[in-house]
Amino acid sequence: MSETDVLILGIESSCDETAAAVVRNGREVLSNVISSQIDLHTLFGGVVPEIASRKHIEKINQVIDQALSDAGATLDDITAVAVTCGPGLVGALLVGVAQAKAIAWAKDLPLVGVHHIEGHVCANFIEHRELEPPFLCLIVSGGHTHLVVMKDYGRFEVIGRTRDDAAGEAFDKVARAVGLGYPGGPKIDKAAREGNPCAMKFPQAHIDGAPYDFSFSGLKSAVLNHINHAWMSKEEISVPDLAASFQNAVVEALVSRAVAAAKEFGYHQIVLAGGVAANSALRQGLKEACEKEKLEFCYPSPIFCTDNAAMIAVAGYYEYKRGVRHGWDLNAVPNLKLGE
Amino acid sequence: MARILGIESASLTASVAIAEGDVLLAEYTVNYKKTHSQTLLPMIDEIITMTETDRQSIDAIAVSGGPGSFTGLRIGSATAKGLGQALGKPLVAVPTLDAMAYNIFGSRSLICPLMDARRNQVYTGIFRNEKEFQVIKKSCAIAMEELLEELNALGEPVIFLGDGVPVQKERIQAAAGFPCSFAPAHLNRQKAGAVAVLGAVYVDRGQIQTAAEHKPEYLRVSQAERELKEKKGISLPC
Repeated sequence: MSETDVLILGIESSCDETAAAVVRNGREVLSNVISSQIDLHTLFGGVVPEIASRKHIEKINQVIDQALSDAGATLDDITAVAVTCGPGLVGALLVGVAQAKAIAWAKDLPLVGVHHIEGHVCANFIEHRELEPPFLCLIVSGGHTHLVVMKDYGRFEVIGRTRDDAAGEAFDKVARAVGLGYPGGPKIDKAAREGNPCAMKFPQAHIDGAPYDFSFSGLKSAVLNHINHAWMSKEEISVPDLAASFQNAVVEALVSRAVAAAKEFGYHQIVLAGGVAANSALRQGLKEACEKEKLEFCYPSPIFCTDNAAMIAVAGYYEYKRGVRHGWDLNAVPNLKLGE
Repeated sequence: MARILGIESASLTASVAIAEGDVLLAEYTVNYKKTHSQTLLPMIDEIITMTETDRQSIDAIAVSGGPGSFTGLRIGSATAKGLGQALGKPLVAVPTLDAMAYNIFGSRSLICPLMDARRNQVYTGIFRNEKEFQVIKKSCAIAMEELLEELNALGEPVIFLGDGVPVQKERIQAAAGFPCSFAPAHLNRQKAGAVAVLGAVYVDRGQIQTAAEHKPEYLRVSQAERELKEKKGISLPC
């Protein structure tokens, strides 16, 4: 490694993935280690915060050691430590934050707290080297549904957000109701491939005065009602048709707002991010809409869509470059807002 | 002579200390509502700076190992694990109740620390520290009645301490068939000095862990796990 290289150690523990990564000069991923707890939480049908926190503390040193060794680096090569400080599960976040602070303090390194959603947006810089802000970004995950403008590195403006459930949450609840299990996103995506997206018509919510906000609870209720109704009248439901129709309604809500916002605010590019960015129907829907509207479209590989620490290190790099430093009193903030 | 950094955040108390042989070089203890996440590392930074201690000169990190508040324990543990990892130094987990009992010395009485464990239980243990430290009953989560029965059977004088005392004092006085006393404010809560000094004893006995190995001892499974076991008879893999 050269003297002028900036190496960021990224640490992420906001939900059920314990992750660490080393990134060189903001865009080159030297290592990206993710220890997933998903099998454990599947037993409970969703993430159990206390169990997630306990598993983070059992795995975090090993994950960090692995990330350093995969990168061929030691802590002495690291320029700064970046850690997700919110939003997320507070007990889970605290493990990563306390660990990152202790490492940075012990090695006398700068500490940078990173917003988890900013990390998801920045995941796009890894594989799209030409990508530069400003651009419009649609972030869709289990806990978040946001339409934001990345105005510059570290500067965000939220132009739309969900009023109730996140899109991923609706996927989980619908998947559970039709017996597909957890996690709902990939399960629905798979089942939907065999189904007809126009088999059932579900409502789209529009919020007066907030054209770019989302609402998925009405859609979720409509799907659950449909299932209940069929069950009461002993009708057979086609799970693939239901999955495809529900997914289609979610994708339409997301794509129509993203495209409308790009046109209104004059952005020629839509960037997709977050765990649900790995959903094939969403990618396809957004790709087709962008082609039609002559907008550029990019998204990360699945490994950078899921919660990971490479994206935190990338975001941390740009925050570090613009002088952001956090003190030893950095805390985990479960409901941290973007752009504040 | 080993230089030990002690960390205590199992309960409301945030406390850090540096001990070296017979000298408690520094101790910083706060019983205030601010979260450990905000206080613990700044406190470590403060005592290290104040005593001009070279971080690399620390031989081991002693951490209050539980039981206690799950989140509090994890903040202490993750801090210790990060320090151990970055400094390349071993950890020693000192059971929280052992360290509390270690505050009392030179008495023939039994020592009984109490921490409120909710769900009608206390985290407790029974110790003696007359000349050398003895663990008579290891840390456990039990009902107060059960503890009082056990102490009544032992029939010896008992010194109580801990944040469980204010809640249980009347009950103890009503049920105790033995002389009981309650430790004063400067001795009745968790202190990192005790964690560090008792930690040094454990280091001498070789009871060390790597930073990667260490995890808190909660003495309890999570609520979700308990319910899963009750409803479906399933236990989680370790």
